[in-house]
Amino acid sequence: MQSLSNRKKVIEQKPMTFWERMYLPAIAKGLGITIRHFFKKIPTVKYPEEQRPYSKNFRGQHSLKRDEQGRERCTACGLCALSCPAEAITMVAAERTKDELHLYREEKYAAVYEINMLRCIFCGLCEEACPKEAIYLDGPHVTAEYLRKDFIYGKDKLVEPVFDIKNLKQETTN
Amino acid sequence: MSIFYFVAFLAIFFALMTIFTKNPVHSVLYLVITFFTLTIHYILLNAQFLAVVNFIVYMGAIMVLFLFVLMLLNLNEDTEPMKSNLVKIIGAIAGMCLIATFLGAFRVIQPTNELVAGNADIGLVKNLGKVLFNEFLLPFEISSILLLTAMVGAVLLAKKEVRKA
Amino acid sequence: MEAFILEKLILVAIVFTISLVIAMYSTLAERKVAGFMQDRYGPNRAGIGGILQPLCDGGKFFFKEEIIPAGAHKVLFVVGPTLAIITACISSAVIPWGQTLTIGGREVVLQVADINVGVLYIFGVVALGVYGIMIGGWASNNKFSLMGAIRAASQSISYEIGMGLSIIALLMVTGTLSMGEIVAQQSGFVNWNIWVQPLGFLIFMTCAFAECNRVPFDLPECETELVGGYHTEYSSMKLGLYMFSEYINMFVSSALMAALYFGGYNFPFMYELGLSQNWITIIGVLVFFLKIFGFIFFFMWIRWTLPRFRYDQLMNLGWKMLIPLAIANIVLTGVITIIKDTYF
Repeated sequence: MQSLSNRKKVIEQKPMTFWERMYLPAIAKGLGITIRHFFKKIPTVKYPEEQRPYSKNFRGQHSLKRDEQGRERCTACGLCALSCPAEAITMVAAERTKDELHLYREEKYAAVYEINMLRCIFCGLCEEACPKEAIYLDGPHVTAEYLRKDFIYGKDKLVEPVFDIKNLKQETTN
Repeated sequence: MSIFYFVAFLAIFFALMTIFTKNPVHSVLYLVITFFTLTIHYILLNAQFLAVVNFIVYMGAIMVLFLFVLMLLNLNEDTEPMKSNLVKIIGAIAGMCLIATFLGAFRVIQPTNELVAGNADIGLVKNLGKVLFNEFLLPFEISSILLLTAMVGAVLLAKKEVRKA
Repeated sequence: MEAFILEKLILVAIVFTISLVIAMYSTLAERKVAGFMQDRYGPNRAGIGGILQPLCDGGKFFFKEEIIPAGAHKVLFVVGPTLAIITACISSAVIPWGQTLTIGGREVVLQVADINVGVLYIFGVVALGVYGIMIGGWASNNKFSLMGAIRAASQSISYEIGMGLSIIALLMVTGTLSMGEIVAQQSGFVNWNIWVQPLGFLIFMTCAFAECNRVPFDLPECETELVGGYHTEYSSMKLGLYMFSEYINMFVSSALMAALYFGGYNFPFMYELGLSQNWITIIGVLVFFLKIFGFIFFFMWIRWTLPRFRYDQLMNLGWKMLIPLAIANIVLTGVITIIKDTYF
């Protein structure tokens, strides 16, 4: 029958010749290929020891930023939660008291700030929505956990540590 | 000598087990062990070549084929056919005849015969080869023809009959 | 006499240890070679470059749950792997590892037993090796295992014939069955048997692959068709013993190929360099192991290159190619020997 697409290819199955039935030339050819691969450079990256360079706009784990005096910048306005397409962010706002002046920059702050890392798609819209420049996705990869509840990151994991020049010095001398 | 008696005991014990066990696969395995004890006997007699050939041919090839067939057939105690008394009586008579023949043969054999007891190194490859290809050339070749006939027969049996069109 | 027995016992212990360690590290080497041939690293987490991986695997094997299936034959199920590992271990007894070593005025021959039917002994043991697989496969009471066992039996019998015939041609050249003498004849480089028996070596090697159940002839454990073949039902260290025996078999057949065809412990210019006998022996042993490792690598190289044969192809290759070739090789060797004896 005439093929419609004209792409039909009739494959001939000839009986193998004696030389082919010896298998030896084919085996030698195959061995040549594998040995070439044996000495090839291996493209695998040994991950925890070596890391490939990350892109400048890589988006990893969120961190809640502090200002230059070490106060939390977040004012719990809820814009990040609103902008989040995956609805991963929840927060509870609270009012700042007199003796918390050194802890929070704004009068209103987030008492609870939680991101569900199983829901988060790392789109970066929270970062863009934030008027106080309080949240950035500048962390490393979010690691694996054994339980679902461990994926809900609270402030303990999100807020960046207080910048202390002494700690920095110790680290460099060590 | 004590080694001989021990091995001989084992040989007879496993030979009996071969007969008395109900499961055919077990029977074949006991037969393999019997052959192994026979191999040890050959070694004790300084017949190394015979020992190794017994090892390769009987244990390594023939018994493997036996086992092969039995495993495929999957025989067990339920499928064992009832044997009639007639068969048993005939078997007993045949066995008795064999024993009588053996006993007669043992009586006739003279222990002083050179080929029976004379040369202790007769079992080594070199000596055995010389004996086989000089004094016993004709029986050797005749047995090889016998094997060839058996082989041709096997091939003929295995071949499919070509229908005349 | 006591000293002789002690010497042999020590030698046996050393050979045993070496073959076990080599078998252990062959598993790692296999995975490493597979890795490199597939452009990746292979196991590299346990120890430096994965050097402790075999120990971890062994430990894991020992701690796994040991399962004996309900329908299995309890005794034979255990006998199977035992037989496999025993036959694998005893076959190294007749291989000459080196020449004599003089320690404190005592000459020590680096060969466990130089019996005058050494080559045949190895054949016998190899022939016995299939029992481990057959008994294990049958005792599992599993169709896949039985299929694997039956394949192993028919394959090993078919290829034993080719192997034996290829060896006969070699024996016509060497004129002896003793492994020690065969290796001693091949001193230097030009006397290696490979130069007079290239076809015989090729046939022997192919059959050795089949006898070891290695790819491309690993039909007894063919995963794609038979789940795991004869060791489908095996777990824990019993499976480990089967694996181990496979690697020991590989080591022994590599040693056999090196000894029979590639001069064993002989190396080029071994007497021209003016070394003392002890040094020649030591270097000879190292050279022998180098050759063995070369063959083990070749086994692995083949494994990660070739696909598995189909069963009918396997049988066709064995009966219609290798056996006629081996017989032709015998005839050719005979004719050449006669011509050489009468005219030169």
